[in-house]
Order: sequence, then C-alpha cells, then structure tokens
Amino acid sequence: MNQNVIELVDITKKYGSFTAVDHLNITIKKSEVFGLLGPNGAGKSTTILMMLGLTEPTSGSVSVCGINSTTNPIEVKRKVGYLPEDVGFYNDLTGIENLVYTARLNGFSRNEAEESAVKFMKRVGLSDDINKKAGKYSRGMRQRLGLADVLIKKPEIIILDEPTSGIDPTGVRDFLNLIVELSRQDGITVLFSSHNLHQVQQVCDHLALFVHGKVIADGNVQDLSVKLFGNEPFIISAGISLNGNNVNLEEELKKIEGVTTIIREKDILNIGCSKDVTPEIARVIVNSGMNLNYLHRKEYGLDEIYNRYFEGEEKHER
Amino acid sequence: MKDNNKIMRPFWIIVSKEISDQIKSWRFIIMVGIILLTCFGSLYTALSNIGDAISKVKDAGDPFLFLKLFTVSDGTMPSFFVFISFLGPLLGISLGFDAINSEFNRGTMSRILSQPIHRDNLINAKFMASLIVISVLFFVMGFLVMGIGLIAIGIPPTAEEFMRIISFLLLSIFYVAFWLNLSILFSVCCHQAATSALSGVAVWLFFSIFFDMIIKIIARAMAPNPGFMQRTQLYGEQNFIMHLMRLSPTHLFSDATTTLLLPSVRSLGPLTMEQVSGAIPSPLPLGQSVLLVWPQVTGLIAATVICFALSYILFMRKEVRAR
Repeated sequence: MNQNVIELVDITKKYGSFTAVDHLNITIKKSEVFGLLGPNGAGKSTTILMMLGLTEPTSGSVSVCGINSTTNPIEVKRKVGYLPEDVGFYNDLTGIENLVYTARLNGFSRNEAEESAVKFMKRVGLSDDINKKAGKYSRGMRQRLGLADVLIKKPEIIILDEPTSGIDPTGVRDFLNLIVELSRQDGITVLFSSHNLHQVQQVCDHLALFVHGKVIADGNVQDLSVKLFGNEPFIISAGISLNGNNVNLEEELKKIEGVTTIIREKDILNIGCSKDVTPEIARVIVNSGMNLNYLHRKEYGLDEIYNRYFEGEEKHER
Repeated sequence: MKDNNKIMRPFWIIVSKEISDQIKSWRFIIMVGIILLTCFGSLYTALSNIGDAISKVKDAGDPFLFLKLFTVSDGTMPSFFVFISFLGPLLGISLGFDAINSEFNRGTMSRILSQPIHRDNLINAKFMASLIVISVLFFVMGFLVMGIGLIAIGIPPTAEEFMRIISFLLLSIFYVAFWLNLSILFSVCCHQAATSALSGVAVWLFFSIFFDMIIKIIARAMAPNPGFMQRTQLYGEQNFIMHLMRLSPTHLFSDATTTLLLPSVRSLGPLTMEQVSGAIPSPLPLGQSVLLVWPQVTGLIAATVICFALSYILFMRKEVRAR
C-alpha cells in the first residue's frame, strides 16, 4: 500500500566547488504531506528542481512515481505540479487565461481547459476574480492562483516551494488548510518546503530537517523531538514572582524525581524533565510561598528542535 | 469555435500565445504605426515622382516600371526599401529584446518549464511567433504598396516584377529575423530587459551609422595616392574595402535589395573595362540577379542561424531558478 512516490538516492549537486546538496537520501510515501524544513540556502529549492528534472544532479538518482527525473523529465512533469517560490503570472492575461494556458500546455482542449479553470478558481476561492488581470492580483491571491495552476493539471504530487512567504497570517492559515484538505480529499502527495517551523508543524505528517545540503533528522514531529532531545522530552515553564521571602526554590524543585535541568530567565523557570511531573512542580512552587502566575507544559515545537540544532552546531564549530 | 475540442501540440499553443502577446503589446503597435507611416510617406513620394521616372524610362528602355514604386525618391524622403533597411532592425529588436529575460523577471519561467514541455519548445516557439508576426506584417505592407500603386498608376506588374517584389519581401524577413535573433541572444545573456534592448540598439546604430565611417577611415588610411597606383592595385584595393563592408548585415541587405529591385544593377563589385566591354546594357533577368546576390543572402541566413544557435545553447544551459 505505502508505495514510495519520490525516491532520492544519494544525490549530490555541486555548483563549482560549492556543494548545494550533499549525498541526500529522501523517500516520500504516497498521500503523505512531507515537510522539507531548512533555513534559506540549505539546498531545498535545488533538491526540488532536481526532482522536476529542471536541474541535473551531479551524482545520484532521482525517481518520481518510478520515473527517472533526469532522463525523462517530461513524464515526471506530467504527474507533478510545482508551485515555485513567489510564483509569477502573465500580468496582461486574466487569472483564468493564465490557467487555461497551463491546462492547454498539459494537453487539455480549450473547452476542457476553460471548464476546469473555472472549477479550480472556485476551489481556491478566487471565483470573484476570474476575469481580473493577473497583474492586479494581491500577493495572497497570486499564491492561490498558483495553487489552482498546480491543481489544474490533475497532479499526483504537488511540490510547494516556500508557498507561504509574504502572505499575512490569516492568508497563511487558509492556504495551509486548503493544502491539507486537498491532500486528504484527493489523496495527493504533497511536498512542502519551508523555513517556517510552525507552518510545517501544522500540516506535515512527516518532515525532514535540512541544513547545508544534508538531512540531519527526519520523521514525524514526535520522532524528531525524541531523536534530538533524548532524555528531556518535556519542558515545563513556570511563571513565578518572588514576594519577599527568597526561598531556594530551584533546590526544592531539583528534589522532584525526573527533573533534570532548571534554567531561570528572570521570572520564568524552564524545567526540563524526563517524565511529566507538572502536578508535583505546581505543588512545590505553591508550598514555597511564591506566586505561581502560570504553568505551561511545552509541546516540542519545531522552534525548540531548530534552536537545539543550531545551538549544537555552534558548539560544534567552536 | 469548431475546433475548440482539438488538442494542440504544446509548441503551437506557446506560439499562439506569444503571437497574441506580441500584437497586443504597445511597442508593437507603435512600431507598426511608424513603419506604416513611413511606408505611405515613401509611397506618396514615389507616386508623385513616378512621372519623371517614366520619362527617363523611355530613354533607357527600362521595362521595370512597377519596381520604381519601391525605389523612386526625389531626395526629400527616402524610398520604401531604404526605410525597411533602416526600421526593420528596430522592429526585430523590439520584438525580441525581452523574450527570455522577461520570463525570468516575471517569475513565469520556472512555472512554464515545470509543465510537460521540452525546454527548447519555449525558445523555438518565441522565435517562430515573432517570425510569423514579421512575415505577416511585411507581406501585408508589400501587398498594400503594390495594391495602392496599381490603383494609382494603372499598370499591372509583370510576373518577373512580382517575383522580384516577393523575393525582396522574403529577403527583408530574413534581415529582420537576423536582428530578432540577435536581440533574443541578448535577452538570454542579459538579466535586465533594458540592458538587452540597449545592447541591441547599440549594435544596430553601430552597423547603420558608424560602420561605414570606420570603413572609410580605414580605406583612407590604407590607400596610397591613386595617381601612383597600378590598375590592378586599385582593383584589389576596391575589392578589399567591399569585403570589409560586407561584414555588416546592413550592407549585405542593401546590396541584395538594390540588385533585386533594380534589375539594371549588373555587379556589386568594381568592374574592369575588359569585363564591361561587350556587355549589352540591358537589365538582368531575375535568375541572374538572384545569382548575383546569392552570397549576400547566404551570409545573412548564416548570421541569423549563428545567433539563434548561440541563444539556443545558452538558454538550454541556463540555470532555471525562481526569480
């Protein structure tokens, strides 16, 4: 059942002496929402271009739906919809004309193309702007039109390269919901590349953390936190205020079984623990006579994963 | 409407889209406006001076009256073919200067190339679209001038005159295609459309104005006092200057059109007295005229093909990135 639709085997891409992608291995399963996460310049876009056959890898092999992208890019491009970062349209054509053009390039007749263009513009919420010139579209509308443009060819896989950069938060939320909906309803495999942690976390089933052309960790969000945080899967942050009596709170807290580290930033205590001991911590703080303003058990977000990785890297460099 | 269900090949879809882009663009409308204006202007001067031309014709026994429509001028306004050789390049440059780089700047390149088309489809289709636009425009203009001339002077062209005009139009299309390819080449090389447009215009100005001057300077510098020269030396000297001149596509074109439109032109280089003696001073038949300009035509086509091949190779190797 879980066939692999995208397989990158040991690919390397060099630009002169600079290695953009370094012996990369990625496997993406059917109907999965896969997040490719990494800072700018990590080689995400290069990897995507190699999947589409727009750039040739220096070594290694790329196969999409069992087709080799390097030797047979046309067949791959028939099955894959690609939304580039900051997608552009022909400004003098209307939204629907742009879509019809794409559809016809994919072998639709004019009538079919017009029908499905209207359908997909409705689906991405642009039904009021069908006959507006694409040059008059706002950034968010352009991204939606881009999504319609990707969907109109009825792809098996869609690849979105930084699709949310430059859209306001509401727009981002709608856009992400749309992607999840599409992937669930139509069983489309989605590859989502981003440098934004929260967005990837919201939508992706599986993700790969990508830095300097290498995948440093992959799995789902929980897997990643276990891999990267090992013995400290929980962080509890407590907002306290001292009311005069300066009890040695940190000493008290450390006595609780499972608490491993305590980091104090002014009035906030970040307590790392190997198991969930939130009630005990609350009891200790209250008993110590301090004001407990709030107590929050942090889920491991990608922020932490990210920070943790980069802290590690800095140490490594020293 | 009947073939709306037909599935076209991607190449022709791009071609039709590019053609509609071209003819809707302001720069094309402006260029066509200028060309049509000059075309009618030169037609007007030709018609008002054709009377003098006819009286001269009777002396020389030149039967090619109809061709005079394209070549006659009273000196106030250049004739039709001079205008074409001057404005044609500008038309070619204006059609091609942003062919490739505008796609990159708009961010449409990666989107189009991620569709199931071959990469060369795009550049071929762009060239083809502009070529079709140019061809239609030139044939329309040529036939317009012929039609109006026919009404005005009332003498129909002979078959040979007609063929000469058609070959002149074809030659003009090749000539403009050369400039089109040159500007497509610049549009592949330069990131900014403005840079590539300026480079194209610079090359055009160089060949249409400065090249002749430079050749004249070279000629003057090299030529010894003509009084002391042998006749063969003078002949070689002239030939050398001619060859230098023929490096310019503008010169190739004007050589070729002059021969095609003025059948009395017998040679494009210097002729010695031995060669001229015994020649009957009559116009050449079309076949001989074409033979005379064949090197020029080949040169123009070769230059066009070289420009296209270069831009093709550069485009195929270009890294496709989002903006």
